[in-house]
Amino acid sequence: MLRITGGTVYDPANGIDGIVKDLCVADGRIVADGDLDSGVRTIDASGMVVMPGGVDVHTHVAGGALNFARGLVPENQRAARKFLHRADRRAGLGGMTPTTFATGYLYAGMGWTTVNEAAVPILSARHTHEELHDIPIVDKTTLVLMANNELVLDLLEAGEVERARHVVAWLVWAAKAFGVKAVNPGGVEAWKWGKNANTLHGPIEGYKTVTPAMIIENLATIADDLGLPHPVHLHCNNLGVPGNFETTIETMNVLQGHRAHLAHLQFHAYGGHDWSTMRSAASRVADAFNANRNLTTDAGAVLFGDAVTITADGPWQHLLYQLTGRKWGNLDVENETGCGIVPYVYKDRNIVNAVQWAVGLELLLLIDDPWRIFLTTDHPNGGCFWRYPEIIHMLMHAESRKAQVRLLPEKAQQRILLAELDREYTLSEVAIITSAGPARSLGLAHKGHLGVGADADVTIYPVKPDHGFLFSYPRYVIKGGAIVVEEGDVREVVDGRELIVRPPCDPAIEDYIRPLFEKVYTMSFANYPVEIERLRHPEVVATR
Amino acid sequence: MITLTLKEPPTVPLEAEALSPDTIARLTIDEVRALPVFLGKRQRRLDDFFAVDGDPGEEVEVRGDVGRVKWMGRGMTRGVLRIHGNAGMHLGSAMQGGTIEVAGDAGDWLGAEMAGGVIRVHGNAGGQAGAAYRGAMSGMRDGIILIDGAAGLEVGMRMKRGTIVVGGPVRDFAGLQMKGGTIVLRQGAELRTGAWMNRGTIVSLKPLPLLPTFTYAASYNPTFMRLYARRLAAFGCALPFDERQGTYQRYTGDAAVPGRGEILVWHPNE
Repeated sequence: MLRITGGTVYDPANGIDGIVKDLCVADGRIVADGDLDSGVRTIDASGMVVMPGGVDVHTHVAGGALNFARGLVPENQRAARKFLHRADRRAGLGGMTPTTFATGYLYAGMGWTTVNEAAVPILSARHTHEELHDIPIVDKTTLVLMANNELVLDLLEAGEVERARHVVAWLVWAAKAFGVKAVNPGGVEAWKWGKNANTLHGPIEGYKTVTPAMIIENLATIADDLGLPHPVHLHCNNLGVPGNFETTIETMNVLQGHRAHLAHLQFHAYGGHDWSTMRSAASRVADAFNANRNLTTDAGAVLFGDAVTITADGPWQHLLYQLTGRKWGNLDVENETGCGIVPYVYKDRNIVNAVQWAVGLELLLLIDDPWRIFLTTDHPNGGCFWRYPEIIHMLMHAESRKAQVRLLPEKAQQRILLAELDREYTLSEVAIITSAGPARSLGLAHKGHLGVGADADVTIYPVKPDHGFLFSYPRYVIKGGAIVVEEGDVREVVDGRELIVRPPCDPAIEDYIRPLFEKVYTMSFANYPVEIERLRHPEVVATR
Repeated sequence: MITLTLKEPPTVPLEAEALSPDTIARLTIDEVRALPVFLGKRQRRLDDFFAVDGDPGEEVEVRGDVGRVKWMGRGMTRGVLRIHGNAGMHLGSAMQGGTIEVAGDAGDWLGAEMAGGVIRVHGNAGGQAGAAYRGAMSGMRDGIILIDGAAGLEVGMRMKRGTIVVGGPVRDFAGLQMKGGTIVLRQGAELRTGAWMNRGTIVSLKPLPLLPTFTYAASYNPTFMRLYARRLAAFGCALPFDERQGTYQRYTGDAAVPGRGEILVWHPNE
């Protein structure tokens, strides 16, 4: 039990905007004042800022693709921050692709207490859960890749949407996932023929009637019908391509009437025709997004410096490899998806990179409702999650980002709007884009707020005179009632939970899947679903 | 000068990156004795393994067979490190200046990713001399590595600048993915020399097998060879350049990348 006194509380989900207020914690939850005995531990948070723990709506922290990336960039591991073994802490490395234990320490050390691993092939779900178990402190959710799954696409081709819904439900539970992810719908499937899916309404390679638009609409419908807490999580077609804002806006039109989350919007908001004319189309995308109230998104912002791009979007990764001429990893995940890895350096002297950097911030500033856009870098694609405080700083200080804009090449400055944007985030808005908003979008009712009954995930920041990099070093981080970070250092390492859903599904669907599976997959069907016993701390979240 | 004499060879490799003039020069002899070294995962004291005598300074002499002592001279910027036996892996890794001299053989990764200074090995060297560590973009960025004996695989892999001279035979993949700099092979090399090289120069004083992706360009006596010869003469290393003695045949490649590197093969006059 714990009492946090005197802190200035920002709890936007409950309409609390900077009010000095005590918080009481018992049994891992926030409780009403009277429920505490006297003599409990008290944290004096006078003069400090109290917020709900951060929630990362889109990150890549575990699984086959990330592990492949770790192996592909030994030079990054060498330069990475080292976590030495201690009695209470495991050894590990930070850097671009942190090791499992270090991932937990880094997220918690920054004040984030829930993360969503946003791309899990069902085939590597078992591996992913093993790694997630080794990421301490934070609670975890996973999204399972579905938009290039041949079992699903074949059913859409045959017009059997009802059965497709049962297959999706079965697969989500088989992977012990939390929701449905769609990456470059149809494009990764086409990549297996060396092609891509560049237009939303043309049939994809290998199919007669299935189009990207059809996959998007059906998966959105299925996610809604199954009552998944988080809607379909969509990585749109034509990621990273100049002029792709048109595809993004068209995708929003396809999604009308459905809930959906558009991932890493920065990578989908470019104008121009080619690399030499590429420019920001953030205002076009933001206008369309502002008008589509059914959608949420995350920034996928880019920071200058090293990154490793990891995505199921195989064709894009091949293009990026050709642009960089460095290294390329490509995985074919049987009948489900693909995966590509390319190390990348975002340079402020490079006009394309400078535009990308600006677009991420522009979207965060131009999208008017902070409840619908969340802070991410699509870690580690646009930059590492442990650099989030740099973005928060720029959002809160117009002058600091304008100063950066002035250092960019002149050509880049002409292609962006960032210098004209004066909006500055308030602390309450920061709490929304880092915690309250993503928790609401994920459908996690106990996360992202500090009302009675909420999980006691609390981050306490010391206020510095000019706000500075306020968010880098929380003074205390409380996870599920345990004080995990004190005086800026990880003090107690607790296990996080894995939040999963069990969507309604006709048990007979297994008889449909089994023969198909046994015909085309390399593993035996019995080994395919992840048993619930594999998860050390599972918690089933109710469907809507 | 300070002298470190190995008491007995360690059973498992000893990691001793503290063993460099930069670290030792500013310490008292007792502090030198207490310098940390790692035997496997255990931290130990330098004097657990070495008898330390003399005055700490910029000249460090190591006696005994330190073939299992790794990382000596790591990142050193000045002074002299003289080794009177064999040296272990990663000797002079990332060094920036000063001189390392080895009387015996050196292990793998000699002068890997070094940025300056001189390394001279009188015996043989292992693989990856002057190379980039796995995954890194570039190997040695400057400096000179002179190996009197033979050398192993991937000599000068991804090197960017600087010079490597090998007196004895060299194994496969010399100059792999080379980006610049010079490798002199006095006795030629085995297979796939210069594979994937982008730029840079490989000079071979003996005929050697060439990849089909290298094309013959010309027979000539490049002017720069005269300058190289003068520079290397200071290290007692003769490089032919005189047209009365012979000519260099120039091959460009590797066309597989495609690259604009060159391999110059010396052909003495009959």
